[in-house]
Amino acid sequence: MKIRLKIWRQKNSTAKGRFVKYKLENVSPEMSFLEMLDFLNEQLIKSGDDPVAYDHDCREGICGACGLYINGRPHGAQKKTTTCELHMRVFDDGSTIIVEPWRSRAFPVIKDLMVDRTALDEIIRSGGYISVNAGSAPEANSIPVGKHESDKAFDAAECIGCGACVAACKNSSAMLFVAAKVSQLALLPHGKTEAADRVKKMVKKSNELGFGGCSNTYSCEYDCPKAIPVEFIAKMNREFFKAKVCKQKVE
Amino acid sequence: MGDTRIRMTTVSQKYIMALAGIFLMLFLIVHLSINILMIAGDDGDLFGRAVNFMVANPFIKIMEYFLFGGFIVHILLGVIMEIINYRARPVKYNRSLKTEKSMFSKYMIHTGVIIFIFLFIHFFHFFHVKLGIVEVPEVAAGAHDFFPMAVATFQTPLYSIIYLVSFVFLAFHLKHAFQSAFQSLGLNHNKYMPAIKVIGTLYAIFISVGFAIIPIYFLFFYN
Repeated sequence: MKIRLKIWRQKNSTAKGRFVKYKLENVSPEMSFLEMLDFLNEQLIKSGDDPVAYDHDCREGICGACGLYINGRPHGAQKKTTTCELHMRVFDDGSTIIVEPWRSRAFPVIKDLMVDRTALDEIIRSGGYISVNAGSAPEANSIPVGKHESDKAFDAAECIGCGACVAACKNSSAMLFVAAKVSQLALLPHGKTEAADRVKKMVKKSNELGFGGCSNTYSCEYDCPKAIPVEFIAKMNREFFKAKVCKQKVE
Repeated sequence: MGDTRIRMTTVSQKYIMALAGIFLMLFLIVHLSINILMIAGDDGDLFGRAVNFMVANPFIKIMEYFLFGGFIVHILLGVIMEIINYRARPVKYNRSLKTEKSMFSKYMIHTGVIIFIFLFIHFFHFFHVKLGIVEVPEVAAGAHDFFPMAVATFQTPLYSIIYLVSFVFLAFHLKHAFQSAFQSLGLNHNKYMPAIKVIGTLYAIFISVGFAIIPIYFLFFYN
């Protein structure tokens, strides 16, 4: 395959970035997108140029480290696929691929295609946990959990925290991420105790960090590599309402 | 990094926005049910009686204040949220977002602004008459006698075209707004959401077509 690349290059967080065009030949259709970038970087290093910086880790779609905005879509156009699992065979021979970093006020560019996603960790730190040490797994029948709740909690827990929801949202909102984490914990017995405080703190932190609000465009669900449904945003809204309006003040 | 001065979270804003929106959607049904009487073919007799009932009713008087409040809250929150959301992405993408979701949701602020402009024109013509800010044309002399004024206005092609175009944009706005309000209030249920979306589309069509019939009637069928 022959491809043309238009990649965002930016030396550091304060430098002004720009798009740089590259032509790449002998690209195998079986290469993953990241392998293609490695292939480009090998050539850049050989010619004495600075390689393109991008995030990656597990390369099997579970860690959430990779994340590129490819041809107008986070993780590219293939549904339910992370950038590392995207293969070159989905692109046409001779096509031009535009690669950009996630764009959000809360995700400043570190270099080239790498962005700082610490903001998502800060949201978790604000309340996305259970304070007590729950110890080792109890006897399975001592805390009954309904099959439906268990399945739903697992669906929410599929979120890998890659930030594609933020990248896809026209408002750069992290609500799908927050909703997945809030729901995952609120659905299970251990998480219910702190559910009210958790949702208030996580939503507030998300706003403080500069993420936008949800306007129910639902592109987050569409572009999420784990297809986390927006029904979790509705659940988060319910949890938030309960926490703000229904929870009694403790003297 | 962010704005720590934010007091009300975007989730709270959406809640209030949705409640105000639902109130305005209910108002539209009442408004249409009165307005549609204009085409009853009795030269506005039934319409006039309905208007007089509304004007004399103390409950409606009180609701007028709520209505203005609803509009103001809905518009102000819409603008505030748009500013927050705009600031959340200072550097835009080179290749615009290619999400395959409905276009109606993307352009809520745009359709909202068009509806706001229309509201301004609309209030200028009708509500300001009531307040005495705008002089009542001779043809519409008589307290709260809006029928002759409506006839005169709707028989002006330019106003009717503006009116019709505005209601096309209102349909786009309502199409997203209806189901969006349920989602914002947390009332998303996989069993009922498909039905809510269909009802939302039907509501948007019903309201827009209902209001659009009136200028079409006065332009082409009223003598």
